[in-house]
Amino acid sequence: MTDKIGHSIRRVEDARLMSGEGSYVDDLEPFANVHHAAILRSPYAHANIKKINAEQALTMEGVVEVLTGEDILEHTKPFPVGVSEPINYYSMAVDKVRFVGEPVAVVVAKDRYLAEDAVDAIKVEYEPLDAVVDIEEAMQHDAPVLHENIGTNIANQRFYDYGNSDKAFEEADMVISHKFNFPKYSATPVENYGVIADYTSSENQYTVWSNFHGPFTLHTVMSAALNVPSNQLRLMVPKDIGGSYGIKSGMFPYIVLMGVAARKAGVPVKWTEDRQENLLASSSGTDRVTWIDAAVNKDGTILGMKMKMVDNVGGYIRAPEPASLYRTHSNTLGAYKIKNLQMETVAVMTNKSPTGLIRGYGGQQLYFPLERMMQHIAKKLDMDAAELVEKNLIPSDAFPYETPSGGIYDSGNYQKALKTALDTAQYNEFRQKQKEAWKKGKYLGIGLAAIVEPSGSNMGYVTVALTPEEREQSLPKSGCAEGATVSIDPRGSVTVRISTVPSGQGHETVAAQIVSEVLNVEADKVKVIAEMDTATNPWSVASGSYSSRFAPIGSSAIYQAAQKVRNKLLRIAEHQLGEPFQHLTIKNGRAVAEEDETKQISLKRLIGTAHWNPVDLPEGMEPGLHESAFYTISAAKAPAKDDTVNGSVTYGFVADVVTVEVDPDTGEVEILDYVTVHDAGKLLNPTIANGQILGGLAHGLGGAMYEELAYDDNGQLLSGSFMDYLCPTATEVPNITIEHQETPSPLTPLGAKGLGEGNTMSAPAVIANAVTDALTPFDIMIDDLPLSPDRIWRKIQEKKRVVVKEEF
Amino acid sequence: MIKKVESKEKMKIQTVINGKSYEKEVEPRKLFSDFLREDVGLTGTHVGCEHGVCGACTVLMDGKAVRSCLMFAVQADGTKIETVEGLVNNKTGRSLKAAFSEHHALQCGFCTPGILMSSVEFLNENPQPEKQEIKEMLSGHLCRCTGYTGIVEAVQQTTDGNSK
Repeated sequence: MTDKIGHSIRRVEDARLMSGEGSYVDDLEPFANVHHAAILRSPYAHANIKKINAEQALTMEGVVEVLTGEDILEHTKPFPVGVSEPINYYSMAVDKVRFVGEPVAVVVAKDRYLAEDAVDAIKVEYEPLDAVVDIEEAMQHDAPVLHENIGTNIANQRFYDYGNSDKAFEEADMVISHKFNFPKYSATPVENYGVIADYTSSENQYTVWSNFHGPFTLHTVMSAALNVPSNQLRLMVPKDIGGSYGIKSGMFPYIVLMGVAARKAGVPVKWTEDRQENLLASSSGTDRVTWIDAAVNKDGTILGMKMKMVDNVGGYIRAPEPASLYRTHSNTLGAYKIKNLQMETVAVMTNKSPTGLIRGYGGQQLYFPLERMMQHIAKKLDMDAAELVEKNLIPSDAFPYETPSGGIYDSGNYQKALKTALDTAQYNEFRQKQKEAWKKGKYLGIGLAAIVEPSGSNMGYVTVALTPEEREQSLPKSGCAEGATVSIDPRGSVTVRISTVPSGQGHETVAAQIVSEVLNVEADKVKVIAEMDTATNPWSVASGSYSSRFAPIGSSAIYQAAQKVRNKLLRIAEHQLGEPFQHLTIKNGRAVAEEDETKQISLKRLIGTAHWNPVDLPEGMEPGLHESAFYTISAAKAPAKDDTVNGSVTYGFVADVVTVEVDPDTGEVEILDYVTVHDAGKLLNPTIANGQILGGLAHGLGGAMYEELAYDDNGQLLSGSFMDYLCPTATEVPNITIEHQETPSPLTPLGAKGLGEGNTMSAPAVIANAVTDALTPFDIMIDDLPLSPDRIWRKIQEKKRVVVKEEF
Repeated sequence: MIKKVESKEKMKIQTVINGKSYEKEVEPRKLFSDFLREDVGLTGTHVGCEHGVCGACTVLMDGKAVRSCLMFAVQADGTKIETVEGLVNNKTGRSLKAAFSEHHALQCGFCTPGILMSSVEFLNENPQPEKQEIKEMLSGHLCRCTGYTGIVEAVQQTTDGNSK
């Protein structure tokens, strides 16, 4: 019973979720007289709004109010953004629209059906403008400009120079270069966004329920936009969120929009996003163009890299963007001991939907070019890719390892994990099989990816988007704080309040495990309250579920709060037993002196003393058993003057080896086996950990092969339904073998690191590597995604002649 | 016999849901999924796409799995409906739920009710399916949390009769 951490106990969440008793935002009616909103959205990617006529809509049955940009201008300010360019982004278009699907008007009516009827009756006169959707075109001087007050589509641009890249490039035997395109795709949780907003005019108070799950830095952004003190925006989140994978953790413009709707209409307003709205206009990852130069010696040693990466943040830059460019700043060179790095980062705005977090945030955009480049270099040097990767990996005795851009990798043994992956996938045997297959016209391939998985974001990393001089103008940003409260009530029941805002990751279960271990009570007796309420929860600006921060940070805050309660109980026991505190422990519901078990007292009595008989508490001790703890890690420092930053507190490792067969006649890819080896430190609940890995892998598979928010040149979305935007289903998920290696983090009390995003980052790279490898006889280069049959088939067709070398 | 219904005119429907009889007046345009959630208050049936792809809204109508978002409430007139709330009284449903928990076949739980309903129908029709058949049945559902592995295992276990 004392060893609950690290075991696969069953999830406490399951029973309610399988009985129809979950509480998702759309299930709630937290206010009386809730009305419903529907949103009129722009059919144009880029247009001036000349006139909006809502007269007829206002007369329709059940309609209470219609809002337009004018109302937004009256009641809100632009959302603060993390770049120096003054971009005016509001929750609804105020004078022009900049992407298809941008809100133009909101109808509030008695029910959603009536609201949608009225939306159809609103007449909008637009003046269409030329649109731009392509990253490189948007950067041209003659491109259509989205924001006239800025005069350019570039929202953010920085240059970084770490080590001595110029020297490395001079000294290297050769320079190998390539350009890669990463597509825009999303996360499409099966539950869409939902918001229920109420406004109390006598108090100028907004109360908003939604399925937003942090970071609560964005509470600051939203309350600033609503132009109220932050305690006059109370955000509440129900305990169940129907998945997110990041897209519900970017700033929710709809919280502000529905707040204003409730204010103007004078009734509480509920809005539930539909799937078309979700694909059109919620949030997505960024598409990115990356140019890489690698300085390489003939023996395979990589001396330095130069990278230019340009992210497409869509029509507006929305907090926390442009963080996609910087989330992996500290681990830009992945798992490799490369010392020299030059980097240029650019965020451009185009007439696509605004972007934000999705699982892997920035990682897949980084590792697709980096890991493809490793294979490309190996090919140029006529080396085996595994040999090249191994040669450049950070050695196991180098930890803690500081990267050129300031990352501090806390622990790891990358060689060992890679070897496990290669052995599990039978790498060498497969190479033999492959040679035989090629001779028979069968195209088998094997690819690998070795990546560092950052977890527990440092709130300071986003500020490397600013220059050191700009950063000096304001308070330095650092840390990764999380809070938790553990309490024991007068009858001895244990309650834990968390602010980690889970969306399916089983935080209630793991929190119960941790507290049950510390207090030596049964896990199923511990009640965990996962609802978020900014008015009453213990929370920090960093609270929420993103950057895989529960295992390193959230769990540590819970652990620390439970330790405080435990210490208090033992201090009371010390006072009552006359035994020193450090000799006492908790066993079988009693505080016991370890050396003399006859000295003991029941927890019931200790708890009773704290609540019913505080005069018998030790001198100066406060009554009650209700302890909050806030936890951060000092390694999460603000960016330094030289632009180095440790962007995450813990860094795991993932080694993937994937085998595929490609049909050259159709371009179809079949994944034969997917082997993934993870080192995320100590696992808190192995079953939940594997569940996170499998989900992240399926999302990575989607990004690699199926999912794309495709636009035409006019900025019209081409994949606006689940018939066009393809998500992996059960028949697409291949055989997956997961292996673990547990190198504890020296920084966290439980030795845990985050996981669950690693394969979303690695899968596009590793699958592309395997497909490229399979098609070696065609000598093709994969530098874009997704790996749809038509894309691969075209690449094959571009090669006139198939040469199968005898030595294969 | 086809009767013309005026705009906004309501029709009376009668349906038995999870063993309980309901008589309600609804607009003909009201989706059955909205009817279940808003008029009957059974919020266990979830709406994920409203175009019949994600499968989250699946319920049983006279024993057959149907997508409640692709139906109007009036089409349920005179039928027997089973939703996730009713699985407590369904032997296969109870076994599936135990197996889902054991195999970590759900995370956020939003898609789960629909998957459970399809699985109940599937196992009733096909008590000894192959793994590939289970996957094909599941391909009518989107789950973005689990990668489906645990779900396939859970359905497979229920067929093997290993569950309690």
